[in-house]
Amino acid sequence: MITTTKGDMDESLLDKREGVVDNDHERTTWVEYWLDGELVHRSAHVTFKRNVFSQTAIGGFNG
Amino acid sequence: MANTQAMCTSFKKELMNAIHQFGAPTITSRTSLTAPTPDSFKAALYEATAGAVGAGTTVYTSSGEVSGTNYSAGGVDLTGAQDWIEPSSSGTTGFSTPTANIVFTNVTLTTAFDAVLIYNSTQGTKAVSVHTFGSQTITAGTLTLTMPANDATNALIRIA
Repeated sequence: MITTTKGDMDESLLDKREGVVDNDHERTTWVEYWLDGELVHRSAHVTFKRNVFSQTAIGGFNG
Repeated sequence: MANTQAMCTSFKKELMNAIHQFGAPTITSRTSLTAPTPDSFKAALYEATAGAVGAGTTVYTSSGEVSGTNYSAGGVDLTGAQDWIEPSSSGTTGFSTPTANIVFTNVTLTTAFDAVLIYNSTQGTKAVSVHTFGSQTITAGTLTLTMPANDATNALIRIA
């Protein structure tokens, strides 16, 4: 069963579309279910690849 | 202006004042607090066109935040026995990652969004970091943000 804007529906009644975005920054997969041309479900799964990084610096006394 | 991925500048300053408590260390008492409990953190989503969050974000803001079915303003709590894996280091890099994936369950978010702000809900909603991704919408579905491996190369937050 798939949760949709019209309530839970059997997957066999729906048109399923899937996609992937894979680059240096992220890998994202998504799945859509359509009913008679109407989007009734869309989920996405984002996996982070490039995350926040901070470089520390220290001062010296030899200026 | 777009949302931008960044470790929030204010967070870097606040680290020096030990404002954020990711783990549960034993510390030498300054006054009376020797065994602090970890803070609680939250994650909020931001619309792609808003350009509301980035390095200059100091606290959680509702400006530009998504809205929709089953999404509460302020976003979701990070979950786990403690929200972050106990901070660690390897080589010259310190790092930590949320304990669990961040999940927005059974939501409908029809306006495209492309960023998540992680902030400290215990300490006045002070900002930690912004993470961007390709624009998404969700319809009666689930958004899962999967955490990377918690190591010196991949952890969600790394300081070298």
